[in-house]
Amino acid sequence: MDATSVFLILSCLLLLGSSRLRVAIRVVAVQGVLVGLLPLVRAEGDLHLHIWILAVVIIATKGFALPWLMSVALRRSRVHREIEPFIGFGASILCGVALLALSQWITASLQLTGAEASGLLLTTAFFLVLTGLFLMVSRRKAITQSLAYLVMENGVYVVGIGMSLESPFLVELGILLDVSVGLFIMGNLLFHLDREFDHLDADKLTELSDASGSHDLISEARE
Amino acid sequence: MSLLVALLLVPAVAGVVSYFVRSNRLRRLLWGAVAAFHFSASVVVSLPAPPAVFDGWIGVDSLSAVFLVLTSLLFLAVTVYGIGYVHREPVTPRRDPEGGRLQINEPESIFTGSLLLLLATMSLAVVSRHFALQWVAIEATTLASAPLVYYHRSRRSLEAAWKYVILCSVGIGLALLGLFFIRMTVPGGLDVLTVDALLRQAGEVNHKWLGTAFLFLLVGYGTKMGLAPLHAWLPDAHSEAPAPVSALLSGALLNCAFLGILRVQQVAAAAGMAAFGGDLLIVFGLLSMGLAGVFILRQTDYKRMLAYSSVEHMGILALGVGLGGLGAFGSLLHAVNHSLVKAMLFLTAGNILARFHTKDTLKVQGLCRVLPVSGVLWIAGFLAITGSPPFGTFVTEFTILKAILDRQRWVVAALYAGFLLLVFVAMSIIVLRMALGRSEERPQREPITAVLGPVALAVLAILLGVHLPHALVEKLHAAAQLFGGPGQ
Repeated sequence: MDATSVFLILSCLLLLGSSRLRVAIRVVAVQGVLVGLLPLVRAEGDLHLHIWILAVVIIATKGFALPWLMSVALRRSRVHREIEPFIGFGASILCGVALLALSQWITASLQLTGAEASGLLLTTAFFLVLTGLFLMVSRRKAITQSLAYLVMENGVYVVGIGMSLESPFLVELGILLDVSVGLFIMGNLLFHLDREFDHLDADKLTELSDASGSHDLISEARE
Repeated sequence: MSLLVALLLVPAVAGVVSYFVRSNRLRRLLWGAVAAFHFSASVVVSLPAPPAVFDGWIGVDSLSAVFLVLTSLLFLAVTVYGIGYVHREPVTPRRDPEGGRLQINEPESIFTGSLLLLLATMSLAVVSRHFALQWVAIEATTLASAPLVYYHRSRRSLEAAWKYVILCSVGIGLALLGLFFIRMTVPGGLDVLTVDALLRQAGEVNHKWLGTAFLFLLVGYGTKMGLAPLHAWLPDAHSEAPAPVSALLSGALLNCAFLGILRVQQVAAAAGMAAFGGDLLIVFGLLSMGLAGVFILRQTDYKRMLAYSSVEHMGILALGVGLGGLGAFGSLLHAVNHSLVKAMLFLTAGNILARFHTKDTLKVQGLCRVLPVSGVLWIAGFLAITGSPPFGTFVTEFTILKAILDRQRWVVAALYAGFLLLVFVAMSIIVLRMALGRSEERPQREPITAVLGPVALAVLAILLGVHLPHALVEKLHAAAQLFGGPGQ
């Protein structure tokens, strides 16, 4: 379990430092497989059928189907790199280290009684959530934002595992279904974004802003 | 019980079937039939509260009964309007009114199918008494409505749909964290995450955990409900969606997210933390009202104006529930009134857009001459949404003001009254200029489907202002008890 946590943390740092979108998608795919393995690792021999099913479904969707969808979107869009992020890659890694410390602090301040929770796993979980949120606000490409959402969602899921909360099987499937359909819709919108705007820069989506383009105050004064 | 389950399954199945039905006529028939069935079934289910089913996962109490019937009623009105709407919408490419680019609508099958799935997911969000199930349902409403926002397939609607999905999904993701924290509130962890289970153990919950959970859920569902400063997606999505969808998003879907917050506040109140949650709700509420007022003041797009007005009213709802007691009663009744009026206004706005081909407030004039029915509805809707007599909103906004004064929270009262006045002035400038004046456009008879729904909603809004049905008051009083506080 500790090994999985370490790999998850490393994958986040890799994400923060990589400019190539293809690499980022692969890293998220690996992350999906690791997250899918977690329930199996935790169960330690006490393997019910539904744990197996859940693991297979998670690995199939988060490890393969969704990353595949993203790479199709990427291939069609002729975009390969994250260019000029709001926060540079080196600085992002430094921020990542700070976020890791923050996660450690959050875990410590939760004061969970030792037996029911694994400290390292919880730290990892919060780190995933924070990394997802950080990528969401610090990157320009719409495709990175959907990857960031997946990373954050992985983190939320691991929080559940770290707190030893076993949700009912149906609820777990429902959550997974929501996340998958959500990403499917995002992937679908990505195709259209690329066609309509000729790029995937989410920060250039400003046609609907209220901050700019208020024409009437001036024209009203003239009337 | 079987009826309650049918309420969820029928629209879901019909929605999936709609994607595959080729014939427009058959699909519209199915749509109308589902709407009629859903409305009658939800009335039957709500009158006597049936026992919860599936180990208390799904059930109708006085709170969800009101919202269920309301959702169903709005869907019925939207169906009448919408069947005419899709009939009139062009199937060939045409120019986008704002950008001048070519655009082509989504296939009608996707539109109808998503609309029915939205109804199914909204119903599930309303009747679920299991926190995780409710979470799944609320996230599913976002996904079902995303294709609806993108119906026109223009650049603007694409941008709106993207922001909608991303922001709401992230928000809802945080709400899921909140759910995990709720489970930690009871020593040793909760085994069942139903509302009833939590209420049973309300005495022994850990307040620190519950407070943290409340914060996360408030932020998560607050994003979906459009509370400022988490509302960034709302004006875009609600203004770019086609009229029937805007009416449902503002009138029915926001209520579902509100209900998510209400359930947590209900637990908080039972655990003796009503004041903690209440104060947070009051702050978010006032912020939403003020911010919406400012943005309505400088608005150039009448659908965005309506969307910001929704932000304002969500603020009023949060504020009222935060007060508890009389305020909660006023807030729930206000939710009913707001839904009726706002759906009516969005449908009317659809009529205006269809005639004038612009959303610019300055380019629409002489509405009362050109579209006589819609013009009158537009003015009536403005009076109703700003809380003027004889509409129900006047009674409810006044009730909430009285609740604030009873608590002797003078600052809150002053801000509340001030923001209401601001919105009134801001909207009157825009709406009256549109409604009055001259126009070169020729007067036109409006199609019956385009006015029947909004007129019916307007009549209901007036009726609620004149006389409150006993059954509704009873349900609302019972529901308001759930949120604690003195003055009941």
